[in-house]
Amino acid sequence: MAPTPEAVEQRLRERFPDVAFRRQEGAAVRDHTVYLPADRLVEVCTFLRDDPGLDFAMLTWVGGVDWLPREPRFDVVYHLLSLSKNLRFVLKVSVADENPRVPTVSGVWPTANWHERETFDFYGIRFTGHPDLTRILLPDDWEGWPLRKDSPLGYQEVAFTHNTPNRSVPAPDLERLAPKKVTYRAH
Amino acid sequence: MSDDKQDVNPFRVLPPAPATPTTRVSPPSGAALTPEDALREEVERGVLFTNVGGMVNWAVNQSRANAIWPLGFGLACCAIEMMAIVGPRFDISRFGAEVFRASPRQADLMIVAGRVSVKMAPVLRQLYDQMPDPKWVISMGACASCGGVFNNYAILQGVDKIVPVDVYVPGCPPRPEALIHGIMKLQEKILQSPVEIAGLTLHPKRRTRKKGTA
Amino acid sequence: MTLNMGPQHPSTHGVLRVVLELDGETVIRAKPIIGYLHTGMEKQAEYKTYTQSIPQTDRMDYLAPLSNNLALCLAAEKLLGIEAPARAQAIRVLLTELTRISSHCVWLGTHALDIGAMTVFFYCFREREKVLSIYDMVCGARMTASYFRVGGLASDIPEGLLDKCQKFVDEMPAHVDEYEALLSRNPIWLARTEGVAPLSTAAALALGATGPTLRGSGVNWDLRKAQPYCGYDGYDFQVPVEKGCDAYARYKVRVAEMRQSTRIADQAIRRVRELSPGDYRLRDFKYVLPPKEEVKTSMEALIHHFKIVAHGFFPPVGEAYAAIEAPKGELGFYFVSDGTPRPWRMKVRSPSFVNLQTLPTMIEGRLVADVITAIGSLDIVLGEIDR
Repeated sequence: MAPTPEAVEQRLRERFPDVAFRRQEGAAVRDHTVYLPADRLVEVCTFLRDDPGLDFAMLTWVGGVDWLPREPRFDVVYHLLSLSKNLRFVLKVSVADENPRVPTVSGVWPTANWHERETFDFYGIRFTGHPDLTRILLPDDWEGWPLRKDSPLGYQEVAFTHNTPNRSVPAPDLERLAPKKVTYRAH
Repeated sequence: MSDDKQDVNPFRVLPPAPATPTTRVSPPSGAALTPEDALREEVERGVLFTNVGGMVNWAVNQSRANAIWPLGFGLACCAIEMMAIVGPRFDISRFGAEVFRASPRQADLMIVAGRVSVKMAPVLRQLYDQMPDPKWVISMGACASCGGVFNNYAILQGVDKIVPVDVYVPGCPPRPEALIHGIMKLQEKILQSPVEIAGLTLHPKRRTRKKGTA
Repeated sequence: MTLNMGPQHPSTHGVLRVVLELDGETVIRAKPIIGYLHTGMEKQAEYKTYTQSIPQTDRMDYLAPLSNNLALCLAAEKLLGIEAPARAQAIRVLLTELTRISSHCVWLGTHALDIGAMTVFFYCFREREKVLSIYDMVCGARMTASYFRVGGLASDIPEGLLDKCQKFVDEMPAHVDEYEALLSRNPIWLARTEGVAPLSTAAALALGATGPTLRGSGVNWDLRKAQPYCGYDGYDFQVPVEKGCDAYARYKVRVAEMRQSTRIADQAIRRVRELSPGDYRLRDFKYVLPPKEEVKTSMEALIHHFKIVAHGFFPPVGEAYAAIEAPKGELGFYFVSDGTPRPWRMKVRSPSFVNLQTLPTMIEGRLVADVITAIGSLDIVLGEIDR
């Protein structure tokens, strides 16, 4: 009998009675999501991976969400997948704005390595214990954390005549611009 | 086929020689044509007049235009359409350009196919600098020409911010036919350009043609 | 010696940079460096509505554009709690499987080209042209289709499309036979791919590989069977799994997938014919555009059309993640919505990003020539990796 996400949460609460798990509420939260504190993350993940009744062998992805102006500001989302039980489960860790730090799970699932680098690259969240926490998608000397809500999109205004003052455009040379019969003269 | 059209020799530049030999300056009273006259007649029948500079320019530009070797510089989705013109349906071999060189040192043409990100821009400039003269750049697609769909922190708004571009091919991605049109326009441009050899700048021979034809 | 396989390289399938530490010809360490095609799609999606983000997804995995569109539409539909009508789902399945065939054709052509078999490249691109002309017929664009919408399709399929698809599906198995005849028992191909770039089952799972990379390592996991979407549980097909764990196994998996996709497409054509005439979009006008004929005659439809086009639809506050089995692996979209027409966060779980992490494991201790084979057998697309 395959476990359901509720059964997984129940199992977690039984195994870690001292950890403050919190189910994310909301009718439109379509995947079963559980918040937990950052300091117990690695323990819980190791249990989820190794317990034969749960067997979450694969970490599908790790990502960040910036909830400015909510406190704590960031959420780091972990999507787990159990192939043998055909089950998905979501863990979330809330991180505050000043000195955002989360322990790395790349010891539990090596695939987290690049995902955590990407989250660091986009949000500036540091993963303690990560073997190589450097920028992955942006140039190494980029300053700032682009996916934060207070970072600009970087939209460049396209210069047209109507939004570029003091720009004079010569009158179009209608004779030269008239469509001509095109013959290719490559021979 | 029909006799309303004269059989005009297109290479004849001088007015055609008159049919009867009597109007020609020739020795009187039915003597045979002298060798000089025979030679003159032959020469008038099939000679083009040009100058050395124009001829060298024509030769060099023809070889440059008909054997452009592109640098394999596909970045994103436009690269797949660029690969499609190498494929059998839109054959770029017809234009002499199927040899996509891997090394910039051996390439003439850089087809910037795809969006240029801020991380890639210095690499692109370095590759452009490594290409020997004469070199041309085709900016393929909307992203390379002006940033395209993406107007944000990560994408360079047009590759002409870092390299000089000769031909812009719009499209997202441009159909292979559009890219081939761009390459042919580049070939036209090459044929019009001056050639620098041994310190001399040789310009293409101007052709006198009727207005209205390109 | 440290060798840089730079971002401009004929065989890296895009702007991938691999820094190799070599001892003679043996690779001691390999470090892939990505980001040369980073486009800021996730940031840009926060400034666009859900429908406006669909063309962006075409440019992600540009070899299988309709797959990406499908993943986004499924995630948005999961968030909204709606489902496309059965006929639209059948058309989606048909076009997605044709996309899979086209993506595998490009993979096979370029992989073979890198290893040296140039003929296969020309043959595969010939087949791909047929799929592209089907795309052209259905939506006007050869590659970047953006044909799927949240709740169905952008427009109904034109007449003659199903016959064209049927003709393609009938002649495709013969072409796959052609490719196999050229490669599968070819001693050069076997020497270059058998035993090369091994990825053990445990390593594949630990590194999060999905798709043919995982199935070539013996794990029977395909989202079309395990967590079906879009009516896939109603189609009869097999999932090829090979235990070889090497590049040859991945090759066999993908070629077999091409055959299975032909099968699914055939069934999908029949299903679309059965369900015709029918809806191509859900008739839930709160979220989905009403048909244009009704907009011109009915007042409510006009108002809905105006609201959806002017603002976009207003999804409920929440989040959803939906994944599909793209040709490269598990492609998933995660949307966080705050009730406004623009998503608060869009995260893309791209399969190539995760599969590329397996590259160092595959090639460390191997010869430098196998790096090319390994990259080819992973079937990565940099647009998806860098987003």
